[in-house]
Amino acid sequence: MIPTLAVDQLRTHFFTRQGVVKAVDGVSFDVHAGKVLGLVGESGSGKSMTGFSIIGLVDPPGRIVGGEIRLKGRNLRDLAPAEWRAVRGDRVAMIFQDPMMTLNPVLRIDTQMIEAVRAHAALSVEAARERSREALVRVGIASPDERLRAYPHQFSGGMRQRVAIAIALINRPDLLIADEPTTALDVTIQGQILAEVQKLCRESGTALLWITHDLAVIAGLADEVCVMYAGRIVERGTVNEVLDAPLHPYTRGLLDSVPSRNRPGAPLRQIPGMSPSLARLPEGCAFRERCARATETCLSEPPLYSLGGREVRCFHPIHAEDEASVE
Amino acid sequence: MSAAPLLELRGVSKRFVRSLDTAARIARRLGANVREEVVHAVDGVDLAVRQGEVVGLVGESGCGKSTLGRLAAGLHAPSAGTRLWRGREVDSAPPEERRRTGLAIQMIFQDPYASLNPRMRVADIVGEAPVVHGVVPRAAQRDYVAECLVRVGLDPVLARRYPHQFSGGQRARIGIARALAVRPEFLVCDEAVAALDVSIQAQVLNLFLRLRAELGLTYLFISHDLGVVRHLADRVVIMYLGRVVEAAPTAALYAAPNHPYTQGLLAEVPRLDVRHRTFSAVRGEIPSPLAPPPGCHFHPRCPHAMPRCKIERPSLREIAPGRLSACHLNDAPADAAPAGLSEVTA
Repeated sequence: MIPTLAVDQLRTHFFTRQGVVKAVDGVSFDVHAGKVLGLVGESGSGKSMTGFSIIGLVDPPGRIVGGEIRLKGRNLRDLAPAEWRAVRGDRVAMIFQDPMMTLNPVLRIDTQMIEAVRAHAALSVEAARERSREALVRVGIASPDERLRAYPHQFSGGMRQRVAIAIALINRPDLLIADEPTTALDVTIQGQILAEVQKLCRESGTALLWITHDLAVIAGLADEVCVMYAGRIVERGTVNEVLDAPLHPYTRGLLDSVPSRNRPGAPLRQIPGMSPSLARLPEGCAFRERCARATETCLSEPPLYSLGGREVRCFHPIHAEDEASVE
Repeated sequence: MSAAPLLELRGVSKRFVRSLDTAARIARRLGANVREEVVHAVDGVDLAVRQGEVVGLVGESGCGKSTLGRLAAGLHAPSAGTRLWRGREVDSAPPEERRRTGLAIQMIFQDPYASLNPRMRVADIVGEAPVVHGVVPRAAQRDYVAECLVRVGLDPVLARRYPHQFSGGQRARIGIARALAVRPEFLVCDEAVAALDVSIQAQVLNLFLRLRAELGLTYLFISHDLGVVRHLADRVVIMYLGRVVEAAPTAALYAAPNHPYTQGLLAEVPRLDVRHRTFSAVRGEIPSPLAPPPGCHFHPRCPHAMPRCKIERPSLREIAPGRLSACHLNDAPADAAPAGLSEVTA
């Protein structure tokens, strides 16, 4: 079966006065219908830019310089702008951390939703309105008729995000890209949003790319996980493999930084230093300077290779035996 | 235990009133139905923090936790209630004592970008207040700033730089250095790590733990992140819509939450060890503080709501030693008591 989304060696670079910034540098992964891929990383790891590249929203000075993005086998990089417009919002949709990236503050919700429907289907305004109403009901918005006539500022943050999700899912896309949509929300509202996105994707078979820095959300939601660091995938595997027995020292460090994995009150096991600037990456492994396992070998660039059915980009991956000796 | 708490808030409330503009006043005189809008951001809260303690203050946006933090720090004057420092009322104290209390309580803000003046060098951001308040003489300012920066893990040579030249984690450290520069005893941390990446957050939390041990600090740690609070706090206070609904020692609260809101909140926290979970959620949203529901504020979302909850405000009562909860279910027969209570009293 061909995957809904197949990204192969994607490279998105920014051509700035300070030099070339390799925001996404050779990223590959697949997402199958009805599955959830978690793309994990910290600020500046290139995780959001990977999402923007897939939906074709990279602005200059950024440019996709290499690789393939295949949606159900069709290479999106070959599309003309008009063809792109037919795909975006219909077959591929995106939700953002700030729902006001999706919503226009000066238009009523019905105007925006009807426009989203009619851009991709020859429907009457009435039929489109009915479909919008149903979409709002699906994401759990009470009194949808009233809400359709409201403006975005009349909604709370959680409600706005639900409207953004309703718009993203209104044409039943094959792929939904979610860029930290719950980070700014309270935990009870986050729970509601996760419940709704999960239900909708399961029902419609939409493939979901969930971009986040929150490992705990990934644990509950994702089937597969890719961990990004400095524009590259450093580890990839099923959610159980990556979270229970990480191979890459960075993944391990991230997991250890989570307070719930530490004894309350004891110092957290922290990763020293901070993420390197993408404009001045160290030679060899980008994580080398923060890594306790680094050796001279790490001065050359580690490849992403298979190890026991998973993938890791490290010369000194953490093996189960090492774990046993450490703990 | 007989000593007075370091900081105590007694029955404090904060109301924000949007007063009518001229047009609205004229309209009202002509008979239009316009009224002043009043938000009860904090509604009759008691909070006592003992010396050396870390109290976590948890709640969703709009619950009044930041306002309560600002009341504690003296940045807002309470609309009702009193603030006591070491058992003495602050606001009626002589000016010199008020000033000293003000210095002893410092605040660390959420946004490491907005809370530093972009036009000031780090040396001035950190060094201005201690000189003005006579903590150190001006001649010693440079060395003192260097000492403050080293304490929070920053290189003193960075003192000549401006805030925009730092990363988020470094800015958080500058904010902490600024607060510590006047030698406070009590820190109010308002979502101090919320804007930081996971690995940087761990570094800053470790800094808080270290400073507590080194300087004997007392914290009021405001956060929406239950994982962070569990790690840092000795005692947790849960707020909902301007009121405290539950307060308990950290371990007891996480082991057996009593209030239905706390239970819902803890159930929602995503956990690393729960995989492929089917998400479900506390229904509804936090209501507008402009028109809070009558009785118990939580009753429209509560799975155990009874007719009484819509009428009568539950008082915050002791349900076990050191544990307070504001829920009518605790008055019901033992078999109907919410989960958690039985484990605690047993």
